[in-house]
Amino acid sequence: MREIEAKKIASTVRDLCLEANTNLSEDILAALNKALARETSPSGREIIRQILQNAVIAKKEKLPICQDTGTAIVFVEIGQDVRIINGLLVEAVNEGVSQGYRTGFLRKSQVADPLDRNSNTCDNTPAIIHSELVPGEELKIGLLCKGGGAENRSALKMFNPATSQTEIDEFIIQTVKNAGPNACPPLIVGVGIGSNFDGVALLAKKALLRPVGRHASSPFTAKWEKALLNRINSLNVGPMGLGGTTTALAVNIEKRPCHISSLPVAVNIECHAHRYKEARL
Amino acid sequence: MPKLKIIQAPLDTKIVTSLRAGDKVLINGTIFTARDAAHLKFGTKPPFPIKGSIIYYASPTPTPPGKIIGSIGPTTSSRMDTFSPALLKLGLKGMIGKGERSREVIAAMKKYKAVYLVVPGGVAALLSKHVTKSKVRAYPELGSEAVYELSVRELPAIVAIDSKGNNLFA
Repeated sequence: MREIEAKKIASTVRDLCLEANTNLSEDILAALNKALARETSPSGREIIRQILQNAVIAKKEKLPICQDTGTAIVFVEIGQDVRIINGLLVEAVNEGVSQGYRTGFLRKSQVADPLDRNSNTCDNTPAIIHSELVPGEELKIGLLCKGGGAENRSALKMFNPATSQTEIDEFIIQTVKNAGPNACPPLIVGVGIGSNFDGVALLAKKALLRPVGRHASSPFTAKWEKALLNRINSLNVGPMGLGGTTTALAVNIEKRPCHISSLPVAVNIECHAHRYKEARL
Repeated sequence: MPKLKIIQAPLDTKIVTSLRAGDKVLINGTIFTARDAAHLKFGTKPPFPIKGSIIYYASPTPTPPGKIIGSIGPTTSSRMDTFSPALLKLGLKGMIGKGERSREVIAAMKKYKAVYLVVPGGVAALLSKHVTKSKVRAYPELGSEAVYELSVRELPAIVAIDSKGNNLFA
């Protein structure tokens, strides 16, 4: 049994908040550079150049990449042989988010009551926490800081099991079209297929955690991802919705078993400012 | 490539009507931020001179020590669609944000001669470098959603919808 101090979890989450919001990951930078070389629209190229330049300024000056520093979504994988001591997991995670957003000059974007816009919690808590028990004696924390504009454009549909793949494709494409300029393209498109109503949404979100450029391990799904990405990039939405060949940087699909009478599909839209970082304790 | 125009805020009608969808502009002068909460609060009585003004749909991150302002990129403009026609009638000349606008907003822009500009979403650190002065003009209780008065220098934007109703998103 390995013991991990709750305090250590809090400080790790705090550091991840700062890191995620100011340091755009290598996979995104690589995908943007690749897109810049391919983009046919002059305004599209200029916007991608601005996004890349923004990443340099953000990292150098420790300024947030985007003013919407997002909802803190925390994925915790807890090894079964780990014991958290001197505190509670949920409290430690929220303490880390609170410290990170307060000391890092990050925007606080959470209201305590969704129907009362004057109820800002002032420290960006509560985080949305997904925890899962895994084998081993390690604790893995992933933090996704997700902006509201892209999240608002996500969609979920409970299909009939007899639905063809073409109909599923249409739903995904239509969701990206509806996201249009508002979701800050170039996008990352997370798709969940299977599970149930609540499970499929989480599956779509987890699909976003896979690095951009890494396809699904199943050859069938990998091929599907590539085909969808090609179709999305021929929609001419383009960077910022002003036209161009770079509407999405990646389509990531995750599948899970489901009930014989169900076929849930969820599409979680993510903007180019994809702020995800991990740490292992 | 469309040519680059330098425009001065507050805007006069002659400049507004000379701008065309697709023009790239650099904005100098004084602009004001306002988004959902501020619009709800001020309705048709904004806490700044509305004639010729430019509203930037934005709420910055907190200003770190030694900086003029935190990161400041655009939010989704369509959420302000219900408020804009009344403000355009009062003399609002420019709006800066991201994404499309409603038919009603575009009709009011044609009628009262105004322009809608877009700046890239998610390049908020870069945009903050074009702010030379900032202060909270009204509603400090709204935190990041307060109305800020910003002096901007060469803030880069693209004319998305012009005063004739030409629309890059159409």
